[in-house]
Amino acid sequence: MTDKRHEYDIAVIGAGVTGCAAARELSRYELSVIVLDRESDVCEGTSKANSAIIHAGFDAEPGTLKARLNVRGNSMMTELSRDLDIPFIRCGAMVACTDEADLPKLDELLERGRKNGVPGLRILSSEEAHTKEPALADDVCGALYAETSGIVCPFGMTLAFAENALANGVEFSLSNEVKSVTRMQDGRFVISAEKGDITAKCVINCAGIYADKIHDMVCEPSFTINARRGEYMLLDRSAGGIVSSTIFQLPTKMGKGILVTPTVHGNLLLGPTAEDIGDREDTATTRGGLDTVRRISALSVKNIPYNQVITSFSGLRATGSTGDFIIREDEKVKGFIDAAGIESPGLTSAPAIAEYIRDIVAGIMPLREKADFIPTRKGITLLAMLPDEERAELIKQNPAYGRIICRCSSVSEGEIADSIGRPLGATTLDGVKRRTGAGMGRCQGGFCSPKVMAMLAEKLGISIAEVKKNG
Amino acid sequence: MAEHISLAVIGGGPAGMAAAIAAYDSGVTDVTVFERDDELGGILNQCIHNGFGLHSFKEELTGPEYAGRYAGQVKKRGIRCETGSMVLSVSPDKRITVVSKEKGLRVIETDAVILAMGCRERPRGALNIPGMRPQGIYTAGTAQKLVNCEGVLPGKEVVILGSGDIGLIMARRMTLEGAHVKLVAELMPYSGGLKRNIVQCLDDYGIPLKLSHTVVDIRGKRRLEGVVIAEVDGTGTPIPGTEEYYECDTLLLSCGLIPENELSISAGITINGATNGPAVDETLATSIPGIFACGNVLHVHDLVDFVSEEAGRAGRNAAKYIADKGARVNEPHIVKLIAGNGVRYTVPGMIDTANTGEDIHLRFRARNVYKGCTIKVSAGDNTIVSKKKRITVPSEMEDIILKPETLGGIDGDITVEIEEGSV
Repeated sequence: MTDKRHEYDIAVIGAGVTGCAAARELSRYELSVIVLDRESDVCEGTSKANSAIIHAGFDAEPGTLKARLNVRGNSMMTELSRDLDIPFIRCGAMVACTDEADLPKLDELLERGRKNGVPGLRILSSEEAHTKEPALADDVCGALYAETSGIVCPFGMTLAFAENALANGVEFSLSNEVKSVTRMQDGRFVISAEKGDITAKCVINCAGIYADKIHDMVCEPSFTINARRGEYMLLDRSAGGIVSSTIFQLPTKMGKGILVTPTVHGNLLLGPTAEDIGDREDTATTRGGLDTVRRISALSVKNIPYNQVITSFSGLRATGSTGDFIIREDEKVKGFIDAAGIESPGLTSAPAIAEYIRDIVAGIMPLREKADFIPTRKGITLLAMLPDEERAELIKQNPAYGRIICRCSSVSEGEIADSIGRPLGATTLDGVKRRTGAGMGRCQGGFCSPKVMAMLAEKLGISIAEVKKNG
Repeated sequence: MAEHISLAVIGGGPAGMAAAIAAYDSGVTDVTVFERDDELGGILNQCIHNGFGLHSFKEELTGPEYAGRYAGQVKKRGIRCETGSMVLSVSPDKRITVVSKEKGLRVIETDAVILAMGCRERPRGALNIPGMRPQGIYTAGTAQKLVNCEGVLPGKEVVILGSGDIGLIMARRMTLEGAHVKLVAELMPYSGGLKRNIVQCLDDYGIPLKLSHTVVDIRGKRRLEGVVIAEVDGTGTPIPGTEEYYECDTLLLSCGLIPENELSISAGITINGATNGPAVDETLATSIPGIFACGNVLHVHDLVDFVSEEAGRAGRNAAKYIADKGARVNEPHIVKLIAGNGVRYTVPGMIDTANTGEDIHLRFRARNVYKGCTIKVSAGDNTIVSKKKRITVPSEMEDIILKPETLGGIDGDITVEIEEGSV
């Protein structure tokens, strides 16, 4: 361990939204920071397969970290989305009640939200709710409306944190699975990973569904993580306009319900189911799960065109055994910080979790602000989002923007080249898809994937046959 | 000042090329074909097997050869082609927004538009097949592009779901390239492809076809490891206990084609729910005057020869529309075509009987397999056409010709139906 290049102040394990947000926050200070992940890209676990909601914060139990960090995270999003160029729309959300007997529960939620400090909550009558969202099922007899709720691109958000962290000096070591963490006599940690050993004064465990495994490598077991699978269906943009806000269902004795929401890409998303499974790798969808999504979503929104489904997927929530987020420095192993059990509202809370972690780090080592911190980041320019005039102007500057590769989402060669060529760029088909939307449309990459594969192969200096979908 | 052209043909595949040629030959020389790929030909360019052109040229051509014949005719006439150009939108007043590397983004005014954008394959997500999402799952057409154009074999141990023609062709192609095709499974009790393809692509290579079977699970985290196939009942529901595991690294999907009508829909054109293509009359005119449709964007064809023929009519009718400035000689008299018993849809869906010129090709698909049946076209008690068939199958499009003179005096709807077992 004499090689200075492998010594860091901070090692973040996990390049999901929590790890990337934490790294970006810590990159404000004079610290050497490295982020390690077993996957070849950031945002490859829970962060990539979830509801993509920026929750208002009325759901969590008052007094919990979940409640506090949710509300704080939500309040940060307007500025963050501008600074880091994150696709984010504050579209509002409704909790729809379909049984008159349950109406008092809406008041309870409202009250809980107020305790949590959620602004802009109000109860809507059946008529008000239907006026706002004409596609609500006829049975909807009232709703809680949350105007601060929003939708976000979860990949865009994670990438924004990661790219900005990188610009501010954070190192990313991907395809580098952590095998062991040990603590040396001097208090520093040795992290043995696939690509070799590094040392760090402080370890931040953001390992998602494996956070308990990482914790137990060096600490006494104090919590467990359960993989709770959620299945989703994504509908074509032709169905995206059915609702303009996120429609939750009031939890009933039958379960928590299935949400129906527009996405920032203009699609319609339905889900998730909730099923505790033993296998931390099992991201399969099931016939039963998809049937449930279909059946339950129809309770709150009518005439969902299920024939417009373009893909289905499932994600694993990292459900912690304490019921709340577990964000703390280990009692015995000083310098080891867990950010575990980050299930919903984890995406919303990420920027607030990052601040919370920063405060813990401040208790471990002095934090000196960098004079040259870059607070902003510009994402890939997505031309389909622009008015014709701007688009025409950009094509004049870069003709590659004029050649459409993905016809369904109108993604050009220029955008795909940018996604591959930029720092922390895409190395797989899924990587390009998450960054640009190419292959995310109605044909699901049927037409564009051979072209994108050819571009990846050329840039990476490999053959087309070696280009991978993911990993 | 916006750029103006008389006729814009959107798509440079077999439909677009034939339409442009016919329009040109009918006097519209101010025509441009907009093609998103780098060359004309569309999907034919990846169809390197033969069997194209039996009707049009009385010989067996490969896809690229067939496309080449039309591309040659386009070139000979000096018809303008903008390749590498994607039409982003069509407005109801026939202005199109086009984007390309060379010319950037432009809005072009037109007198008439022919839609010839083709179709796309139904992806896995739309099939709601549960399971993992590993590498190794392709639509048959994507695999065809990789094998035939990029020289990449997507895998070695292959299962194919769906017996559409591209799936059958790819079963043979993958076999010839050294892969082992274990099985073709088809959800329906009948094949989705042409009989000749079943014989030439599966039977000749000993590849089993299991009808009334589907994929019920997909396994493998990064790379496909296998699929579970099960038999389905009459409603398409998997029958418990019939599951069989097939180890494979590649799953090809050939489960139907969807006309690509996003532009049509954005223009506000009425879509026929049965074909997923524009509702058209006998001139292949859509609900927006001056916008015509032909080829697979209108309804999915089995044979490219039929596409070329149909597109020729669209081209001639567009030329007539431009020449007549949209006017029809006689007061229109619209008769609806009803898809009756055993008929899934008809193209066209209506006929202006007061202004018929050419013979009318009435195309439709049967709902099911019918043996020893009669196709009957009638209006009330008046039988216009009655045609005996040994067999009709959903995978083979029917083509009935209606003579304009037989339509005089018809008032009320025309019904197309299949009478089963009639002698």
